[in-house]
Amino acid sequence: MFQIDCPWCGPRDQSEFAYAGEGGIKRPEDPSALTDAEWADYLFMRQNPRGRHHEQWRHVHGCGQFFDVVRQTVTYRIESVDLPGRPALANASGEVR
Amino acid sequence: MRQTQRLEHGGRIDRSRTIKFTFNGREYTGHPGDTLASALLANGVSIVGRSFKYHRPRGIVGAGPEEPNAIVQVGSGALTRPDQRATQVELFDGLEASTAARLGFDPMGVNNTFSRMLPAGFYYKTFKWPAKYWPNYEKRIRQAAGLGHAPTEADPDRYDHMNAHCDVLVVGGGPAGLAAALRAGRAGARVLLADENAELGGALLSERVQESTRIDGRSYRDWIDTTSAELAAMDNVRVLTRTTAFGNYDHNFLGLMEDKADYRGGPAEGEVRHRLWRVRARRTVLATGALERPLVFGNNDRPGIMTVSAVATYLNRYGVCPGWRAVIFTNNDSAYRTALDLKAAGRDVAAVVDVRCKPSSALVDAAREAGIPIHDSSAIIRARGSRRVKSVQIARVKYGQLTGDYETIACDLVASSGGWSPVVHLHCHIGSKPAWDDVAACFLPGPDNPGQCSAGAVTGQFSLRDALVQGFEQGGAVASELGFEPGDDKAPSAPTPGDVLPIEPFWLAPSERPLSRGPKQFVDYQNDTTAADIALAVREGYESVEHVKRYTAMGFGTDQGKLGNINGMAILAWLLDQSIAETGTTTFRPAYTPISFGAVAGRTADHLFDPIRKTAMHDWHVANGAFFEDVGQWKRPWYYRRVGESMQQAIDRECHATRNSVGVLDASTLGKIEVHGADANRFLDMIYTGGRLKMKTGTCRYGLMLHEDGMIFDDGVTAKLGENHYYLTTTTGGAAGALNWLEQWHQTEWPDMDVFFTSVTDQWATIAVNGPKSRDVLQALCDDIDFERDAFPFMTFRDGTVAGVSARVFRISFTGELAFEINVDANYGRHVWDAVMAAGEPYGITPYGTETMHVLRAEKGFIVAGQDTDGSVTPMDMGMHWAIGKKKTDFIGMRSLSRSDIVAEGRKQYVGLKPRDGQIVLPEGAQLVDDPQAELPMPMIGHVSSSYYSDTLGHAFALAVVKNGRSRHGEIIYSPQPDGTVIAAEITDPVFYDREGARQYV
Repeated sequence: MFQIDCPWCGPRDQSEFAYAGEGGIKRPEDPSALTDAEWADYLFMRQNPRGRHHEQWRHVHGCGQFFDVVRQTVTYRIESVDLPGRPALANASGEVR
Repeated sequence: MRQTQRLEHGGRIDRSRTIKFTFNGREYTGHPGDTLASALLANGVSIVGRSFKYHRPRGIVGAGPEEPNAIVQVGSGALTRPDQRATQVELFDGLEASTAARLGFDPMGVNNTFSRMLPAGFYYKTFKWPAKYWPNYEKRIRQAAGLGHAPTEADPDRYDHMNAHCDVLVVGGGPAGLAAALRAGRAGARVLLADENAELGGALLSERVQESTRIDGRSYRDWIDTTSAELAAMDNVRVLTRTTAFGNYDHNFLGLMEDKADYRGGPAEGEVRHRLWRVRARRTVLATGALERPLVFGNNDRPGIMTVSAVATYLNRYGVCPGWRAVIFTNNDSAYRTALDLKAAGRDVAAVVDVRCKPSSALVDAAREAGIPIHDSSAIIRARGSRRVKSVQIARVKYGQLTGDYETIACDLVASSGGWSPVVHLHCHIGSKPAWDDVAACFLPGPDNPGQCSAGAVTGQFSLRDALVQGFEQGGAVASELGFEPGDDKAPSAPTPGDVLPIEPFWLAPSERPLSRGPKQFVDYQNDTTAADIALAVREGYESVEHVKRYTAMGFGTDQGKLGNINGMAILAWLLDQSIAETGTTTFRPAYTPISFGAVAGRTADHLFDPIRKTAMHDWHVANGAFFEDVGQWKRPWYYRRVGESMQQAIDRECHATRNSVGVLDASTLGKIEVHGADANRFLDMIYTGGRLKMKTGTCRYGLMLHEDGMIFDDGVTAKLGENHYYLTTTTGGAAGALNWLEQWHQTEWPDMDVFFTSVTDQWATIAVNGPKSRDVLQALCDDIDFERDAFPFMTFRDGTVAGVSARVFRISFTGELAFEINVDANYGRHVWDAVMAAGEPYGITPYGTETMHVLRAEKGFIVAGQDTDGSVTPMDMGMHWAIGKKKTDFIGMRSLSRSDIVAEGRKQYVGLKPRDGQIVLPEGAQLVDDPQAELPMPMIGHVSSSYYSDTLGHAFALAVVKNGRSRHGEIIYSPQPDGTVIAAEITDPVFYDREGARQYV
């Protein structure tokens, strides 16, 4: 069981949290301007990397806040936690720092 | 029976007390401090089980968690514990133990005679066809295997969970673990030390008490006692004995199971039986020790053949010698110590058979001086004797080949040592691979896991002196990492060991005959896996150790291959002509030793398994004959049955009353969320398919929520309570999910919007009054709201006073009838409900439950999100184009509604079904087909989502989704049933009652 350092509450057991999908995915400003393929890319395509993964968690049995986590999917080491979508986390290309 | 094998002196047992126990119904005696295994050996019991497949007699092999044979059932009735290792069952007065297999004449022993016909994979190959009979075969095979039985009664005992945090968790209370705990504890760290044994000391408990073996000048026993006392005196140290660290999980989280009562025969009233510790440690020191491997030779499973360390343990810890004349078979030095122990206990050591050439070291020389015959460059080829070993045949061996000089040595005890396998299990639970070490001839822990380190024999450090130093250093190191300052005190010191001759790996004794023809050479005793089985697996093309494990069953069972796995992997490596490192190990997974289901469940059982949510009116429902339905965690009245009524009659009565006069439903369980903020309308406009920007205060709108893929996931009513203030309802089961949905979009996508969400589900009691007479009931209860049709139009709400209580009344309807929903502070819910019942009495007001609610809403074609929708239907599929805001340019899911496959022909569409035989209610979930005679696999074109009998309509009806269903009204489709019958039904409009929708507007 992971120990996740909630940015608001501090380190807590994983059982207090809920996984909330891949992080850093921004909803397109104008969905109607997108082709089906572009929309499908936003909707369905996810990184699923072997290595560093940018993900969202919610402290559902705590403060209720969503936040971003960078986690190694091989070692399960959590590299960082931050507020949702904080620009410091991802560079311009959306690649995790 | 006398304890014929008990030594006169020695051991850590309390000889002043004699206690009684039974084994397979026979009475025996032992002493406090014994295990069941040591007491059985003391009583001269050599057969303790029958093997899994061949039903060969088996005796005790080990002395700890590695024991594969002595697997017993302890106790009876609800308290019985199956598959317990006799080597770890502490003896208590009145203990009852038994084995599943017959230990005397066993008719299944015939399997041994015909064993050549029962190779690895036999069961799979033979019983595979016809597949449908496998469950029968499996049941019989399992019965024959002789495993234990689970209790059939409910478990009356209590179990609990303890969450614990510590600076340093030390796993293992042997010399290295004790030294680590001592150092970290002295430095001031919060230390938790756990050991599976009843007392601390680990391998030291199995050592002979003698002048030459001392730690810090004290005897081992004295040092253990002093160290235990020092640890116990420290406030920052907690010591848990009889506590197995069974699992190592991520981020330094370990699971420990503490036996609080089994060891003394069970818990007293109010006590806990097992406690599961959930430990989050800042640092962990794994001092888990090592287990001795046996050597593999012909008939090496005969009772009386054990590991050397087991013999040492029984001799020195329990004062039992399992035989009178021993032969020791070894490839390393440690066995010589036990040879000397046997000699010191006055027993005859007929020979030490050492595979090494001309061994000479301090221990070997001591044995030679003690007059023990040493046969070097030799191996035991086979054992003889059927129910007990009687003799062994030895021969000279060179480069793994027999070179003659056969000799038979009579004995009644064979102790073998193939070296030591570090207990790397915990280290490997979180994905680390062990690393093969050629010098120590064992797998060692790989690189340390974050925040964890290892000390002692688990690191291949087999000398006591070095284990103490290493444990002490690691304890200090982890304490310093955490900011504590360990003093400069010295590690406990043990004498420097003399010269040690290295181990010579030896995996399989050569045989005069081919593997499959010679006497069986067992690798895994519990699963009856032999070296020949592994060879067969290789011949049949298996190469991966994981596949060989599954083909031969090696490493399965309650012992999980603790004794035999490394031998098996080495034999596999040899057969594949590759190194052991290349062959690798199977995956180590929790639990290290089995843990009880009770411990896993803890208090989360029976009525504490899941919270129960009840509405403010619950007691009234109970008192008035309600049957309940679980909806999420809520208890909702399902229907109210009167004396003499069937369920259908009750529902018919409830429906009739609501359609013709007035019915009342406790709707308190609906999810309710308040939304505040300057951007509340903008936010909700994105969340719902319908427009929210132009709502007027005091009005309500029905709304659909879609996921971004365009599929319906929840629905409900939005009421505008004021400028920047909304109130939403959700389905009962979807409330938490809907709130999570709102929070996620707000927090992660539009954090700048000024909007807040508050769950108010529990704060409001909701009473839905439905039916043509509902207005009369409300008017009798409330004089500050005008209930006239035009003064209080449909889809609006009013604040007022109902039955003297401040209330919000909605004019909304889930039945299609004139209806009002009264919302009051939940604390007044029962009061207002009673008032509604009293006011409705002149009209025969009838409470109804969820079943009637479903019939009434389905007659109207109203959907239930999650029942009629399943995450694969859009608003258009459900015929709800009207719910989508015409002028909206964006909302969540909108873009998906124009994706090519969403607008394509042939999607399943929402329809009604009228069975041709109006008395037949289609099963919900039933598949629908065009042609029930079609060839299999029959094309399926839809399914039934809701189905009821309607007394109002006079026939059964259903709601369904059917491919292109909207253009197929009037056609007949079919539903083949499991019993072979076929139900025919006509496709209809989903609205069956009051199609023009006039009734709710009256």
